[in-house]
Amino acid sequence: MQKLTKDEVHPKIIEALLGADTDITIEDALENEMILNMGPQHPATHGVLRLLLRLDGETVMACVPELGYLHRGYEKMAENMSYYEFVPHTDRLDYLAPMANNVAYTLAVEKLAGIEAPPRAQYIRMMVAELARIASHLVAMGALAMDVGALTVFLWTLREREKILDIWDILCGARFTNSYTRIGGVANDAQPEALAKVKWFIDQFDENLDECERLLNTNRIFIERLDGIGVVTAEDAISLGLTGPSLRGSGVEFDLRRATPYLFYNEMDFKVITYKEGDSLARYFVRVDEARESAKIVRQILDKMPQGETMANQPKRVLPKKAEIYSRMEELIHDFMIVNFGMNPPVGEIYSAVENPKGELGFYLISDGKGHPWKCKIRSPSFVNLQAIPHLVKGHMISDVVAIVGSIDPVMGEADK
Amino acid sequence: MGLEAKLNQDGFLTTTVDALVSWSRKNAVWPMPMGISCCAIEMMASGDPKYDIARFGSEVMRFTPRQCDLMIVAGTVTYKMSHVVRKIYDQMPDPKWVIAMGACTSSGGMYRSYNVVQGIDQFLPVDIYLAGCPPRPDNLLNALMQIQEKIGKSRARDFQDKPLPELTVLQNN
Amino acid sequence: MELKELITQKLKDNFSKINFTFTEYRNELTISFNKENVVEVCKFLNDDEDLQFKLCEDVTAIDWARKNNRFTVVYHIFSLKNNFRLSLKADVDVSDCAIDTVSSIWKTANWEEREVYDMYGISFNNHPDLRRMYMPEEFEYHPLRKDFPLMGIPGSLPLPKK
Repeated sequence: MQKLTKDEVHPKIIEALLGADTDITIEDALENEMILNMGPQHPATHGVLRLLLRLDGETVMACVPELGYLHRGYEKMAENMSYYEFVPHTDRLDYLAPMANNVAYTLAVEKLAGIEAPPRAQYIRMMVAELARIASHLVAMGALAMDVGALTVFLWTLREREKILDIWDILCGARFTNSYTRIGGVANDAQPEALAKVKWFIDQFDENLDECERLLNTNRIFIERLDGIGVVTAEDAISLGLTGPSLRGSGVEFDLRRATPYLFYNEMDFKVITYKEGDSLARYFVRVDEARESAKIVRQILDKMPQGETMANQPKRVLPKKAEIYSRMEELIHDFMIVNFGMNPPVGEIYSAVENPKGELGFYLISDGKGHPWKCKIRSPSFVNLQAIPHLVKGHMISDVVAIVGSIDPVMGEADK
Repeated sequence: MGLEAKLNQDGFLTTTVDALVSWSRKNAVWPMPMGISCCAIEMMASGDPKYDIARFGSEVMRFTPRQCDLMIVAGTVTYKMSHVVRKIYDQMPDPKWVIAMGACTSSGGMYRSYNVVQGIDQFLPVDIYLAGCPPRPDNLLNALMQIQEKIGKSRARDFQDKPLPELTVLQNN
Repeated sequence: MELKELITQKLKDNFSKINFTFTEYRNELTISFNKENVVEVCKFLNDDEDLQFKLCEDVTAIDWARKNNRFTVVYHIFSLKNNFRLSLKADVDVSDCAIDTVSSIWKTANWEEREVYDMYGISFNNHPDLRRMYMPEEFEYHPLRKDFPLMGIPGSLPLPKK
């Protein structure tokens, strides 16, 4: 963090920071307020987020976040590659829960093209999406605890997360950024040893989560650092566009798995966790309880999973099986056409959203009949959640900024696209 | 250690002192995690109980450049971020090494677009390029071991007579 | 009455002068209208007792790369009360590349419109803080327009020296 002079900060940002006050000189820091740069490289900003804070002593008067340090040009790239080629890119959006993004994107493309994946594939997708939710919430808990000073919890939750990464390793070959789902189903069937490992993990998950919680829930320092910090009322939360645990921590019972059910969530029995207070502690508790509900859902999925195929049977749009490509002519031709020219969905546009661990991830796809989308807009939850930071931070101290950013839990990979 | 750097012959004293200094340097490499995107998560995972990086001497991952000697650039570097990375690199004291972790830092990776620098060696001197997207934590530990070997072979006189870089940091008055 | 019919009926009743176009694709309703009427239609949809479209999910724009009405600004709004999603569209021409802001109705639209301005160059009238979102302020182009190349323009973004 360094002190900035007037020339270092762009004039438009200064305008935004000062608002209506125009009689503050920035160089005279001892008597007046100070502009502090919580730069892109910072241990506690959850990635490359730049926060410019206007401080009066240690109290924050205004805050301007600056994004764009990880803008990789996803939407432009999506217009230049086929629907299949974009699946690995969706992994890197919310890189803490990669499977959930894959599921979101393939659901959007299937809605656009009118393909329906077989039931076993849907159940497997639900299972990996819920495991991704547990993984993401574990990191969120650990990072929030680390930000306010409890370093042990971070290592314990990462130990649990390693078990989930092992499961994904057996399931599809990669621990992380897996690109497991395909348009029309999933890449390969879930092996019996993967399912056995999922069962083992879920059976011992509740006690381990209890262990991690015992360190924090009655810890006086943790509670005092988070209680009453960053309060957002229900109407403000909806108006600011917050979704996910940040919205449910303010008392609004909105979960896309219940509101607009997708996959087979309408057959699963789970609670939508809401807390009324709207502060950082409420958001933390929402995440912990959601991890437990996800474990419950995975248990039900393991009981209900049907047998069957894992890829839809639409030769013109869905890739055929690998063994048949090598031995039969029809499948070889279809594979060639789909890989080289794309799957050519009909002309039209859709918006499809799912409930990601961070909030609502939406894909707005426009097809003009060719293999590449005409437009792909990614509505990322972290981008919209970050907009609430200036609103939440007013009046708190610098150390509370860290706790608030941790409780909103942004991921810059998807906020910057 | 200016004195033994000035002694140019490889006598018994200088090589012993060199070996001792390199041995102590390589077993306490403190990394500076320049964690930008997905590779940063695998770097965090290499610090967790399963792939412990602390047993290699990298006990602390300091986020301040003044106390580190190895910078692990993990994640896609965009044009806007490249100035920040260069600034942090300039603030690190000599001797320093750089690991380019992952495909994005080595060559731009899967992002061939308008905002991604196609390889950080365009503005930073790199010692080790790690392949993978993201590289597994064991891969990162392998790279750390290679850096340790490289440090073990280095001599004190490699680090003298380096020109001071033009710093772009502001001085607090 | 079904929700879609309720919406179309209410809009036609309250705004008799505006020319609406209703389309439906894959069970999603899209309403297009002229860009001057954006604020009043959005305000009505937000405030109405039965509809209550309080959550603005997304504001984005499409570049059709054609001579007339090159851009279309799209709004996706969601009603928590009815669990219903609606898309609104308004055409914008390059010659008058501006449209009114809805950030006074939904605070979400503030950053979303800044992103549209950054990527497409469409400016928003009465926006409280119209700056670029992702690209640096000195960048002169708008990346998501169809005439901007994927690899960018060499020299438009500076790199530090080695």
